[in-house]
Amino acid sequence: MPPRPGKPARPAKRSGPSGVEKLRSSLKRRMARPGARGELRPSAPIVPSQAVAGRALTLVVAIMSFLACLTVGAVTIIHEAANAWSNDLVREVTIQIRPADGVDMLREIEKAIAVAREFPGVGAVRALSDEETKALLQPWLGAGLDLESLPVPRLIQVNIADAAILDLAGLRQAVVEQVNGASLDDHSLWTDRLAAMANAVVFGGVAILALVLGSMVLSVVFATRAAMAGNRDVVEVLHFVGAEDGFVAREFQRHFLLLGLKGGLAGGLAACAVFLVLGVLADGNTGLAGMEQAVVLFGGVSVGLAGYLGVLAVIFLVTVLTAATSRVAVHAHLRRID
Amino acid sequence: MIRFENVGLRYGMGPEVLRDLSFEIKPQSFQFLTGPSGAGKTSLMRLLFLSLTPTRGLIKAFGKDTSALKKSQIPALRRRIGIVFQDFRLLDHLTTYENVALPLRVVGQEESQYRSDVVELLKWVGLGERMHVLPPVLSGGEKQRAAIARALITRPELLLADEPTGNVDPPLARRLLRLFIELNRLGTSVVIATHDLALMEQVDARRMELGEGRLVIHD
Repeated sequence: MPPRPGKPARPAKRSGPSGVEKLRSSLKRRMARPGARGELRPSAPIVPSQAVAGRALTLVVAIMSFLACLTVGAVTIIHEAANAWSNDLVREVTIQIRPADGVDMLREIEKAIAVAREFPGVGAVRALSDEETKALLQPWLGAGLDLESLPVPRLIQVNIADAAILDLAGLRQAVVEQVNGASLDDHSLWTDRLAAMANAVVFGGVAILALVLGSMVLSVVFATRAAMAGNRDVVEVLHFVGAEDGFVAREFQRHFLLLGLKGGLAGGLAACAVFLVLGVLADGNTGLAGMEQAVVLFGGVSVGLAGYLGVLAVIFLVTVLTAATSRVAVHAHLRRID
Repeated sequence: MIRFENVGLRYGMGPEVLRDLSFEIKPQSFQFLTGPSGAGKTSLMRLLFLSLTPTRGLIKAFGKDTSALKKSQIPALRRRIGIVFQDFRLLDHLTTYENVALPLRVVGQEESQYRSDVVELLKWVGLGERMHVLPPVLSGGEKQRAAIARALITRPELLLADEPTGNVDPPLARRLLRLFIELNRLGTSVVIATHDLALMEQVDARRMELGEGRLVIHD
């Protein structure tokens, strides 16, 4: 309704300030601050972010991080599998009794079982039954095997309840001395080989990781040089206004820190997604022949907590490495300018 | 404030571009540095600004022998000197306000500390209404005033201006000169490198004339 003539237009009375009024008064307060005219934007970064080789380098860092995370994941899978194999082997030893003329095999087996059970730390002791022995030999000698007619060695499986108190050397000596034709196999040959393989895999993984991170460092060095060359005027002006090298380096480093974090996160998350998909494929009955073989070999291809912690470590390392590399590259560039 | 003793400068294995320069820039002094193109004015300005090292002779800046200075000590000395270039050297992605505030950001001051000073200085050089504008939008004269404001914001003891009126029309050149004189009255030493005779005739000031690498001083 238009105001009546002779009276100034007045806002209608209200019981309390509305949202719009609150906003208006807040704006007025902000405008009234000394020096702040409202038109001043927050200070822009001294080195413009678009001047730093952004997207391409972020992609490179992301790909490198992805590869590094996959390496970490693969190393943890193999390392855990090798540990599991070693533990399984270490948890039992085998007494082997070779047949000899004039020796009652069954009596020797009982004797060996009795000797083994006397040792503290030994759990269940069990001789492999005829059927089990036949099953072991079936792939080589075929079905319908008559064990009595062949000089087949017999095996006794000795489970270890407590490896800490078991005197393995004493057990070996007792078995060899008291049982005819007996020997004790503690699988040390296999565990040593497994340990060697696991170490080789870890060493290979670390080497790949170092190569991937090295490539990333070189990419960051080139990108920093390009960014410095593209921002030569900024660097010059900063020197003219009395900036120290550390300040100039920090201005560039800030961009690269963010870039490294973005790339590292992208690569790390992609690797986590791959780990999750692999885990789902390994758990489910997918019918993929390769996956089933992998599950048989590694006892599962899912990445454990160590793998995910490794991914976090890679993201952190990539971010820090990107920022530190750019800082060193800026300092080197400034030294060359001088 | 700054003293040169038998200073010579050559680039690489070339001939000496500056020879046997001996003079002193005294506190609160005003001088023109003049000479034909290629006489070495810009080289001398760079020596004064400590961005070049002489091939021989002694330069003492604020009581310190510059040849004995470490690289890390130079920025602190440069902050006592303001410099204005003919081509302004403003950063195009920063507003006028941000360009002028740059020397204060570089020394780590918070915006709340320097905001009112920068706004006041921008008003003093006549850019109060243009502080939020990016340099490509400014006229030549406005850019020059912004560059001068940037050189002055840290209240330097010495102001070096290399052809400050080279890109502006005569009326604006006179305004800028008045600005420099005003600044000198407030206590800053001023060195203006120019070959604009008309500009020099407006002020009765010391003239340092460079020719063939040598300096002749008319007090």
